[in-house]
Amino acid sequence: MTINLFLFYAFASVLVIAALGVIAVKNSVHAALLLVLCFFTTSALWLLMQAEFLAIALVLVYVGAVMVLFLFVVMMLDINTEPMREGFIRYLPAGVLVALVMLAEMLGLMGVKSMAVEAPADPGGASNTAWLGKALFTNYLLPFETAAVILTVAVVAAIMLTLRRRTNTKYQNPSRQVEVQARDRVRIVKMPSASQISAGQAAAAAAAKEATP
Amino acid sequence: MITLAHFLVLGAVLFCIAVAGIFINRKNIIILLMAIELMLLSVNMNFVAFSRYLGDAGGQVFVFFILTVAAAESAIGLAILVVLFRNRATINVGEIDELKG
Repeated sequence: MTINLFLFYAFASVLVIAALGVIAVKNSVHAALLLVLCFFTTSALWLLMQAEFLAIALVLVYVGAVMVLFLFVVMMLDINTEPMREGFIRYLPAGVLVALVMLAEMLGLMGVKSMAVEAPADPGGASNTAWLGKALFTNYLLPFETAAVILTVAVVAAIMLTLRRRTNTKYQNPSRQVEVQARDRVRIVKMPSASQISAGQAAAAAAAKEATP
Repeated sequence: MITLAHFLVLGAVLFCIAVAGIFINRKNIIILLMAIELMLLSVNMNFVAFSRYLGDAGGQVFVFFILTVAAAESAIGLAILVVLFRNRATINVGEIDELKG
């Protein structure tokens, strides 16, 4: 048994046990944390297949972003998990039966013996990222840009869904802030300056002095 | 050596666990979303394995797109979940029956 095969079995068993934990544990937070373990172990398995870019992307995107979002929502919503567990025992036999039948069918379709393909030399060579990047930016350029649009749409949709206006809070209206002009806000009043005023007073005093005798 | 079959069997096992999870956790929508993520993960595993063993970059590029779409999907799904909880104060699938489906 080579070291690679040993690592594969170690990671695969951790992955399967963690996946079973995700669907079986009572607490949603624990389920989310076990799912993090699943993603992390999967990324290790992908590293075994020399898919370095995707392994790191999986950790960054899933462990770093999606699962944090999951945990955030699980902890933010005050959920009573007791009623959600009802039917767990009732549906357990059906679920296990369907899963086992499906697994048997899939394994039968695969024909495990005929799939005993050895890995060819890594087509990516030294850099899996460069190999993937060349494919992504030549043959798959349009799908790549569509993916960017999908992400933008998702951001806008998620914000629009959760946005709400409360009636009793004060908020700024950016479009009105931008529209504002100086003449709406500032009124310029013409007034004589201090020197003009003192000069005027002196002239008035002189005029008064001349007038008195 | 690790063969293609190793990864395919692992993907199949993972997918079946996720299906079982959808069956037995049908009241808890958060666990349902997590089971869907597990399914996507198992499919991605198959894609990467085929890409590696057949020497084709297309499989890994596809996994890249699946990751993108799955991230968008979970963001919107969780946003819908938050709005649902705000309006109904529950996310129990059994009580969400306004569409009379």
